[in-house]
Amino acid sequence: MATPSISIPKKHVSTRWIGKLIRQLLFYVLLLVIWQLLASAHIWKDYLFAGPLTVLESTKALYQDGSLVTAILVSVRRLALGYGISLILGLILGLAIGSNHYIEETLGSLVVALQALPSVCWIPLAMLWFGLSEQAMLFVVVMGALFSITLGVDAGIKNTPPVYIKAARNMGSRGLALSTQVILPAALPSILTGLKQGWTFAWRSLMAAELLYNTISLGSLLEGGRDFGDIGQIFAIMIVIIIIGIAIDGLIFQPLERMVRRRWGFAV
Amino acid sequence: MIQSIGNKSRSIEVAGGDNISPSAGGNSLRIEGISKTFVGGERVVEALRPVDLSISAGEFVCFLGPSGCGKSTLLNIIAGLEAASSGNIIVNDKPVRGTGTDRVLLFQEAALFPWLNIQKNVEFGLRQAHVPGKKRAEIARHYLDMVNLSGFENSYPHQLSGGMRQRAAIARALAIDPDILLMDEPFGALDAFTRDKLQAQVETIWSATHKTILFVTHNVREAVALGDRVIVFAPRPGRIIRDFHIDLPRPRSLEDHHLG
Ligand SMILES: Nc1ncnc2c1ncn2[C@@H]1O[C@H](COP(=O)(O)OP(=O)(O)O)[C@@H](O)[C@H]1O
Ligand SMILES: [Mg+2]
Repeated sequence: MATPSISIPKKHVSTRWIGKLIRQLLFYVLLLVIWQLLASAHIWKDYLFAGPLTVLESTKALYQDGSLVTAILVSVRRLALGYGISLILGLILGLAIGSNHYIEETLGSLVVALQALPSVCWIPLAMLWFGLSEQAMLFVVVMGALFSITLGVDAGIKNTPPVYIKAARNMGSRGLALSTQVILPAALPSILTGLKQGWTFAWRSLMAAELLYNTISLGSLLEGGRDFGDIGQIFAIMIVIIIIGIAIDGLIFQPLERMVRRRWGFAV
Repeated sequence: MIQSIGNKSRSIEVAGGDNISPSAGGNSLRIEGISKTFVGGERVVEALRPVDLSISAGEFVCFLGPSGCGKSTLLNIIAGLEAASSGNIIVNDKPVRGTGTDRVLLFQEAALFPWLNIQKNVEFGLRQAHVPGKKRAEIARHYLDMVNLSGFENSYPHQLSGGMRQRAAIARALAIDPDILLMDEPFGALDAFTRDKLQAQVETIWSATHKTILFVTHNVREAVALGDRVIVFAPRPGRIIRDFHIDLPRPRSLEDHHLG
């Protein structure tokens, strides 16, 4: 806990971090060069394989006609809305399952079973129930994230160090206050694991569902690239989807995880 | 609960507490035939043979004994966190069931909530009792000052040393203004130096607040340094074998004059 012993390794870590960045940069530059060489060699037909310059052109065109920004906003908005609904439902369900033996035996087992279903499998049902509509997209996102979040909350409650509950009860905490002020926060490390898994499942099944729904969105641009034989657009949208995934993970989940690991990390 | 808050504001007005007289006489705590047997499948553990004890208000009692002799079990039963197999716990002449903020248990692991900063940790019990925010902050500051943790209000438990965490836990317990503090080997995980300092601090706090303290330890020196009374436990089955009164003058700790 002494400051000197912390500051020395920190310096070491930061130089290692720069080294890693340089190696990664070199790797991706090399990859781009090989990719461009492959494209220039015309091994595959031009409508099957696009080089980085073509992809850049397509990205620029998509950006300039406004469809890229609109598509990103539409898809991310669907994700955020559906995920928000899953979060609320998942917290309630997880709390119920984690704190009541009978609910766990019944509803808990159902949630475990539904979790085993790949989330894209909800798409046909969503189309049937809601038609090709905004609600269908939301339904797919909710079903993608809900069970992971629920099980994360449930696991968190079960793994809560009993000493926190004892201390809280001893200080007069009961019922809802005990749940929201102690049990849920104590469960946060596990909940976070569920939240993270939930969003990746939701994001993947949303992209799949959007392939079938032709109002503008990332998925429909991807499918559009196929329809119009625009291989540059397909590559461009795939890269955008990857970048959004990395950004959500890096800007939201990784900082959250770091904070939780630091605070919760010490021995109780 | 409301009553204990009322007490609280009084004890703040007399901050420092030197004009509080020990509420001598009257039993703060009576333990009548408390026993505990754990039954787990085939295994039956007699953790505690029936225990009878009478503890006066403001008394500092140490429970001494090797591990496995039922000290924690007894403390948990007094705190109401575990049910006894037989017997009654009587606090201020009223039998009690379940937990109550008149008896607060402190653990070896401090058990501060890692998601709350030190200030919020100390306010926790008051928040459960719906004490308004300003009043809460004022009371928390008072007790953080008492355990020499002023300036650490915004720190999180992971940023504190083991000794500081224990002091924060003591402040958190005192903030509820319980009659009885139950301390289960609170310094068991600390180094000898920190332990000596904290013993001195507990003695100071005890003489300032005149709480009844039940203090579990397996360290003879610690028991004699702190207790008015040392109650010795023996294991298998857990039971009380001796009850010593310690009449050494106070303050006993050499560290005492270092404390504000
Ligand atoms: N929940 C439990 N289930 C079964 N046995 C227990 C339980 N808690 C404590 N015991 C047993 O009761 C005895 C007394 O335990 P404890 O009160 O923790 O002793 P001490 O605090 O003096 O070390 C021990 O033999 C212990 O194994
Ligand atoms: Mg013990």
